[in-house]
Order: sequence, then C-alpha cells, then structure tokens
Amino acid sequence: MRCRGVTKDFGTGGSLTRALRGVDLDVPSGELLMLVGPSGCGKTTLVSILAGTLEPTAGDVTVLGQDLVAMSNGRKVRFRRENVGFVFQAFNLLPALTAAENAAVPLLIAGWGRHAAIEAAGAVLDELGLGDRLASLPSELSGGQQQRVAIARALVHGPRLLVCDEPTSALDAENGRITMELIQRIAVQPGRAVIVVTHDARVYAFADRIASMEDGRIDSLTAGPHAAGSA
Amino acid sequence: MLWIAWKMLIGNRAKYLGIVFGVVFAALLIAQQASIFCGLMLLTISQIRDVQGPDIWVMDRNVQYVDDIKPLADTELFRVKGVPGVEWAVRFYKGIVRARLEEGSYEQMILLGIDDDTLVGAPEGVLLGSVADLRKPDAVIIDKVGYQKIWPGEPLRLGRVFEMNDRRAVIVGIATASKTFQSFPIVYTRYSQAVLFAPRERKVLSFVLAEAAPGETAAAVCRRIEEQTGLQALTQRQFVWKTLRHYLAKTGIPINFGITVLLGFLVGTAIAGQTFYLFTVENIRQFGALKAMGTGNWTILGMVLFQALQVGIVGYGVGVGFAALFGLATKSFGRLSFFMPWQVLAITGVAVLLIVLLASLLSIRKVLVVDPAIVFRG
Repeated sequence: MRCRGVTKDFGTGGSLTRALRGVDLDVPSGELLMLVGPSGCGKTTLVSILAGTLEPTAGDVTVLGQDLVAMSNGRKVRFRRENVGFVFQAFNLLPALTAAENAAVPLLIAGWGRHAAIEAAGAVLDELGLGDRLASLPSELSGGQQQRVAIARALVHGPRLLVCDEPTSALDAENGRITMELIQRIAVQPGRAVIVVTHDARVYAFADRIASMEDGRIDSLTAGPHAAGSA
Repeated sequence: MLWIAWKMLIGNRAKYLGIVFGVVFAALLIAQQASIFCGLMLLTISQIRDVQGPDIWVMDRNVQYVDDIKPLADTELFRVKGVPGVEWAVRFYKGIVRARLEEGSYEQMILLGIDDDTLVGAPEGVLLGSVADLRKPDAVIIDKVGYQKIWPGEPLRLGRVFEMNDRRAVIVGIATASKTFQSFPIVYTRYSQAVLFAPRERKVLSFVLAEAAPGETAAAVCRRIEEQTGLQALTQRQFVWKTLRHYLAKTGIPINFGITVLLGFLVGTAIAGQTFYLFTVENIRQFGALKAMGTGNWTILGMVLFQALQVGIVGYGVGVGFAALFGLATKSFGRLSFFMPWQVLAITGVAVLLIVLLASLLSIRKVLVVDPAIVFRG
C-alpha cells in the first residue's frame, strides 16, 4: 500500500479544516503498522482513506496495486468487499445475529449461502477460541469476546488488508493484550498488511513499525518493538 | 442479505412491534371503515336485490334511486305489457307508512305491495306462516328484524294486529328480509291491499316489474320499453348501480368514510414512518458497517425495502384480520352493516403498500447517504 501527498479537507471557506496535510506512507504486505498519535491528529481520516471509505482531497493512494482515487464508487465497494477487513473500536456487531452469524457477514455480502458462510465463520471463531460461543448473541458476550468476533468477521473472507480502528480502547488491559496477540498471530500473514490505529501505548509492542502522526502529518516512522524483537 | 435485514428488523422487538402497530392500525381502520361503507351501500340496494324473479324495473323517468318514488298511473302496467319482448309484467308498490300499534304507539314502516295474482316480489325466507296467507283479508307479512324492533324480547307470534291508514292489518307471516337503509320494519302485502294501507293519492303505482320473453335480453327489452312508453326501464343490475351512484354522488356518506379512511392512512403512515425512521437511525452504524464491508447501495436499498414490506405484510394481515373479526362480531349482534368484498382487501393492500413505502422513504435516504467512514468515529 502506498500513498503520496494525501490531503483531506473537511468543510469549505471559513469553516475549512485540513485533517491531512500531505501524507506519504508505504505499508508492505506481511507488516503490522500502527498509526499512533493524539486525538484529532488525522489517524482515523488516514485509515478511512486507505480502506477506501473516504475520498482524499488530493494525493495518490494505491492499494494492492489499484489506484483508489481513480476508482468508481461501485468498484470501490467491490474492492472493499474482496480485499479489506475491518475491526472497529465499537465492534459494530449486529445485535440480532449470533457470533457465528456476525462473523459470517462478509461472506454473506460476497454472496455465499447462509449455511456455508456460518460454517466457515464458525471455523475462524474456533481458531480465535470462541468455538463454544458460536450461538451466543453479542449481548451475551464480554467486550473481549465481542472484539474476537469482530476479528473473525474481519478475517473470514481472507482480506489482503486489515484495518483495525482502536481495537483495544474499549477493552481492559488483559483483553487488549489478548486481542493484539490474536491479531499478531492470526491476522499478520505474508500476503496481508495490517494497519492498527491506536493511542493505547500498551499495545505498541505488537507493531512492526509505528507511524506517529501529529497535526495531519506523519511525524515519525520507526521500527516497532515487535520488528526489533523478530530481528 | 435479506435474511440479515429480517434479523435486524425483528431483533429489536419493541421497535418492530411499534412499526407493525402503525400499519395494523391503518389497515384495521381502512378495512373496517371501507367494509362498513360497503355494508351501508349494500343496504341502499337491498330492496332491489330482495325482489327475486323479474329482470326489469320500470319507473318514472325522473326516479334516481330505489327510495325515490314517483308514482305512475296504474294504466302504465298495460302499456308495459304491450311492449314486444315483455313476457309478463306486474305492479309493485313501495312506500313508507305510519302504523298504529295495539299499544297505541306509532311506528314508521316500509310497505311493499306485491302483485295480487302472482305474488311476485314476496319474501323468500318465510319463518312463520306462508306467503299464500297473504291472500287472506288484511293480511301482511312482516320481517323478523322489524318485528323484534317493534316488540323487543317478545316471541314471534302470528295474528298480531296493527293499523295503517285506519285500516286493520293482521300479521299472517314473519319472514327474513335484508336490512334497509332506513332500518324501518318491512311489511309485505298484496298490491290491492297496499293502496288501501297507503295514504290516498291519485297515482299509487311505484314500479312495474317485468320479465323479458325467452330469446330477448333484458337490456334490449328495457330500451324498447323506454322508446314505446317514455318511462324509465332498467335491468336489476342497472337499477342497483343507479341507486349506488346516487348515494355516492349526492350524499356525504363517501366523504365521511373517506375522511376516516384518510385519517387512518395518515396516522398509520406517521406512526409507522416515525418508528421505522427511529429504527433506522438506531441501526445506522450497522448499516454503515455493512457499507464499509462492501455492501452496495442497491443492496442496502433492497434491505430497507424488504424490512418495510415485511412490516407491511404482517401489519396488513393482522389489521385486516382484526377488521374481519370485527365484522364477524357485529354480525352476531346484527346492528352494524359490514360487508368486506375483495375490493376492500385490495384497496387496503394498496394503502398499506403506500404507507410502508412512504414510511421507508426517509429511512432509505438516511441509509443511502450514510458515510461508511461513520464506523471509524467512536
């Protein structure tokens, strides 16, 4: 993934806010990159653009060899469906669906049959240690378990880009660590890039690289403790 | 994805029931009021439908509906009989008289005078006595509902006497008859007797009832009667529709019922629309997440429309079901007119479809414009 000179403005005239001010960033496959920085620094805006859910005002964004800026809306929807997995801060599970059904949603969106999708999702949940909670509703799961369902949902369709927005901020320290371990162990694969937006310093240890943002720019790009540990 | 839409919809039971309630309310009100309206319209034509046998009704040119009596000279009967294609023709009297009961009280009654010889126009379902007894002096047959209205709680009994136009009338039969618009008791008697019971007038003949000869159509014979006599001749079906058109065009009944139906439509739309919109707003992050994960706008549109239709189908079924139960209940205590033809069901169905489509419009707009990036905002 590669972006060059990405800017993003919100509003017009006197109320114009510049959220991103010329961001350059490369994320290779097989890497876990953490975007860190204080609130309002542009982390979420940048990750939204990289995931294809937000248009940049200017700049080039190439993900998996495809130019996101030039892509039509319809192609972008298809691109996200096929290539991007999401883990949200607030989980965003559908409250009426069971864990297995929630995890199966990307497959259902891709047109899989219900039973096959739920079966495949069950296997991923099993890998994440939730094999005994497949039929539980989100309201019957703890925050950590819900986040694991969200991770299963993000991975079930084998995306090549995983975007995690503050995946540990709604969790206690122990569950945050477990979540990051799972992301590190299961999500980071040779053919997949993982971007984690966070301001939770406790999880920095899982990063291959850390991009530190400040005022709409990448302030510093350093090797993370995990990469250093691996080396 | 429709399965997800359905699960989302029923997942929040309170909201789901709230939306369905709005549609049930509208469907119930529309179906019930429309059925009562149809029932009332049926009352206006009950006396035409109750006369079995003759196809052709002949009357004054200016008659607008069945209760709009403009008497003819008795000689018109012979002119009608003389028209080629008329197999037979008989006199028929219809009027409202005031009866003095044994107890001294007065009661308005619908007096029907049927042909002395053939008794064409006599009631079909005689419960007590017989039609043939009408040939006895002063004999009348009264309808059961009318009898029970005059003498509530008393058993049906023949031989009761009352007076009309100072003349004695003896009940020799009790019959079933369709309810009428005026809801007065109906009294059947011979034509020659009816003109004595009725107030004295120069002309007394209300209608000539006729039958087309074999091989002739009633409509063709009607045209011939009109050409040759200058009277108005209608088939039974034409007379039914002429009467209905009069009530629809010249009375406030359709407007009154229409207002209630419109109110049901508007209130139902408001309740369903508001609750459905709140439901959508509550689920907007879920819709945003689905969009972020690659669900296209057409699929989202389909999901919302499916939810709306699902609510519509359930609301329609329950609403119309309640309306039908109401109809059954009223039938058992027999006061209210209720008639639910398939057209009422179809109109209610169309109204419900409109309600759910209108109710979902705001929601559709909301989910279509929602930015999938909303899911990244905590």
